[in-house]
Amino acid sequence: MLRFIVRRLIQAIPTLFILSLLVFAWLRSLPGGPAAALLGERQTAESIARLNAAMGLDQPIYVQYIKFLGRIFTGDFGTSTVSGDPVMAEIRRSFPATIELGLCALILAVLFGIPFGYLAARRRGSFFDNATVISTLVGVAIPVFFLGFLLKYIFANQFRLLPPSGRYAVGAPDITGFATLDGLLTGDLAATSDALLHLVLPAAALATIPFAVIVRITRASVLDVMDEDFVRTAESKGLTTPVIRRRHVLRNALLPVATTIGLQTGLLLAGAVLTEKVFVWRGLGWLLATGIEQRDYPRLQALILLAAGVYVLVNLLVDISYAIIDPRVRVGR
Amino acid sequence: MPLLDVRDLSVVFKRKGTAPFTAVDNVSFAVEPGQTVGLVGESGSGKSVTSLAVMGLLPKRGAHVTGSVNFDGTELLSLSMKELRNRRGRDLGMVFQDPMSSLNPVITVGRQISEVLQRHRGQDRKEADAGAVAMLDQVGIPDPARRVGEYPHQLSGGMRQRALIAIALACRPRLLIADEPTTALDVTIQAQILKLLADLVRGTETAMIMITHDLGVVAGLCDEVNVMYGGKIVERAERHRLFAEPRHPYTHGLLRSIPRLDAPRGEKLVPIKGSVVDNIPWEGGCAFAPRCPNALQRCRQVMPELEPEDARHLRCHNPVQPAAVAEGRAER
Amino acid sequence: MKLLKRKSDRIDELAAGAGEGGTSLAADALKRMARSPVAVVGAGVVALFVILSAIAPWIAPKDPFTRYPELRSELTPTNIPGPMPGFLLGSDQNGYDFFSRLLVASQQTLIVGVLATLLGLTVGMIIGGLAGALGGWVDSALMRLVDIMLSLPALLLAISIAALFREGSQWTVIIAVGTVSVPIFARLLRGAMLAQRESDHVLAATALGVRRRTVVFRHMLPNSLGPVIVQATLTLAAAIIEAASLSFLGLGDPSPRRAEWGLMLAQAQRHFEVKPELAFYPAAAIIIVALGFTLLGESMRESLDPKNRR
Repeated sequence: MLRFIVRRLIQAIPTLFILSLLVFAWLRSLPGGPAAALLGERQTAESIARLNAAMGLDQPIYVQYIKFLGRIFTGDFGTSTVSGDPVMAEIRRSFPATIELGLCALILAVLFGIPFGYLAARRRGSFFDNATVISTLVGVAIPVFFLGFLLKYIFANQFRLLPPSGRYAVGAPDITGFATLDGLLTGDLAATSDALLHLVLPAAALATIPFAVIVRITRASVLDVMDEDFVRTAESKGLTTPVIRRRHVLRNALLPVATTIGLQTGLLLAGAVLTEKVFVWRGLGWLLATGIEQRDYPRLQALILLAAGVYVLVNLLVDISYAIIDPRVRVGR
Repeated sequence: MPLLDVRDLSVVFKRKGTAPFTAVDNVSFAVEPGQTVGLVGESGSGKSVTSLAVMGLLPKRGAHVTGSVNFDGTELLSLSMKELRNRRGRDLGMVFQDPMSSLNPVITVGRQISEVLQRHRGQDRKEADAGAVAMLDQVGIPDPARRVGEYPHQLSGGMRQRALIAIALACRPRLLIADEPTTALDVTIQAQILKLLADLVRGTETAMIMITHDLGVVAGLCDEVNVMYGGKIVERAERHRLFAEPRHPYTHGLLRSIPRLDAPRGEKLVPIKGSVVDNIPWEGGCAFAPRCPNALQRCRQVMPELEPEDARHLRCHNPVQPAAVAEGRAER
Repeated sequence: MKLLKRKSDRIDELAAGAGEGGTSLAADALKRMARSPVAVVGAGVVALFVILSAIAPWIAPKDPFTRYPELRSELTPTNIPGPMPGFLLGSDQNGYDFFSRLLVASQQTLIVGVLATLLGLTVGMIIGGLAGALGGWVDSALMRLVDIMLSLPALLLAISIAALFREGSQWTVIIAVGTVSVPIFARLLRGAMLAQRESDHVLAATALGVRRRTVVFRHMLPNSLGPVIVQATLTLAAAIIEAASLSFLGLGDPSPRRAEWGLMLAQAQRHFEVKPELAFYPAAAIIIVALGFTLLGESMRESLDPKNRR
């Protein structure tokens, strides 16, 4: 197992290298050159010259690349042209909000997606199955941001059941940055429930696409596994239906679902950009969304790098978790 | 009284948009306790479907089963799903063709054996695990205590088939159905597995149905052989009789198309012409007639019945004459 | 060893469906599709959409690019006029005739979707074709890059590309959305070509001494087209939604004159509480069209799947 993890870590290095090259190339092709782009509106002739020197723009390209890597490793992404704060500080501040939202959405998607997909497969061709398949198709066809507005319009504006935006109304004491957790830590249950209520709508909007994808993969996978020879073997042993379903069908059917869940984690980042903008949820996505309008390149650069890093990490975790559930990967070979 | 008595068993597959397909057509045979009966035929002859029908493993939708399958006084076809599940694995065991795909890849081999013991013997997990080790030992897997904890992909093909046999025999069923148990294996392993199966059922009350396309398998193992063609039994005889004097032209052809070590030098292998066609029209004639060297006008007009003749059952208007068999040998 | 079934593997599976090609099989697939209600609905929606976008300028009751005084006079931050005589759905947030704009917007939506898909398809097929035809290290290097691009979230990739332009425009959106689909087509075509390199008709052509270029263009490319068309149909649906998302993020065309559903939807969000229809109608249009392309694509994929050939 340890050998497997180490091997995967080594395999991640070339990927990281290519990604860093891509971001570097992106930075080089920004309008007006990287220095001007990174300085934004505050640029002056000498500030550009200073940054040019700092980035080594007058030096050969590989020196520039090495300096670029150096800046990444020291977490020096410059200051945001929108807020004037260091980008690193902004990210640190917004990180918990996005994790909280993303985790909630993922839990919702998995908690509902797997049972729906499983039941649809079991009742293949039934009304329930058709309705599920159609609603997942619609779910993917709805622009996420519109769904967000729709939910907000119905549940916040029309029925006034849930708060329309933001992370909390009262504001809990800030300890971890996770609004729900902070309330619990201080024993302030009102703050926790307030934070949870604020979470419902954005999490639901963000969960739609992963939910739809998980339903479809689960359904297809269960259908595949039900046709497998070993399920017939299980039947020939006279096992009871629940045992066959749980131990033989579901356990195998969930393998591809696990991969999908992992990959959806990466996609949540993209969905978060739209959802957080709709619900004024001050997380990483909101940082990116507000940064785009102003072409806040230091912020964009840092967030793109972060997304790429998260992608590599998530894939690594998916591989490892896959190895844990599937003995064929874990043992031997 | 036979242990298993199959009467007029028919299986018709009906799929939307396609013509109904009769895979098994009024098949009757019986298996005595301790006896080994072979079902032989080319692929598509209905032998595997027959065994799945006996086990009740055909899909509920699309497969229409009629007739009677009487197991020790119980009509299996009219049992409820629950009652059937109580029988499967306990009274009836089955070994499948492809041991790789027939074993669950994410569960240890031991667990796949012990779950049967837990289900039917009411053993707790610990007893059942010990039972699994004993079963693996019995089917000749070396170092069973270590192997129980391994996954199917860690075993060799032959060992996987042994594990599958261990699963089927875990509860000492009274009837074991082996569906082409050696087809997916290397030739060298095939003989070992056949010997194992023979050893395991010999001297016990366990009856066995051996389903195969390979007459060589039947030769060493079966007491009685049923040859199937196009969903029907065309010849049934005691093993030695069948091999010595095949009367149905199809059986005769099958025997002539396999190489034999004891054949006279220079003897040629004679293949049967053509192949099994999809839906065989038994209506209005013999289904084998288009490929049959002995076919008469009558064979294309009247369907032959399975009738006792010459210490066997035979479905043929113009069987191969015993003398001709001997002559065929002598000629070469 | 391949551990996981990723997006790239799924594309390869689709690609493997290529090859046994030939016109009779294409006709066969069409026949199967005509029997499937899903395919018929999808094809119907797509056909309606294409027809609508072609005739929209002629059937629009009003000029979609004129601000009408009778609408503008009642336009306030808290009031956008609803239906009134001559204006079926009333005004939009700028005093244009909402209904006419909705009709005409189908044209721009189709253009954005088609151009973006064509861009992705062309560049992707060149890359994939090169990788598939040359093989070796060119293939490995290109595919490594393609795999990385594939596994990044599409929208983030589109955002980074669109952000390279100082000003948003229709072209920014097309380029960004199109680029995102490049790796999909690249992998698809490469997979289809690899699958065919081993296939009998290509081996036969090669054995007969047909030139490599002829083999590629006469035999391999035409037979790879099935999966490519399927993917293009599915990509079109995604492109329309992605374009809307980019507009929402302010990366689209800022001009209030341009009529395109994604843009209309994005711009209507600010007026959601005043007149939600401004968002509902374009959103419904996008959902229906995206669904139509998805259904059509999925049913084509199914009818091309060798597993379903009987």
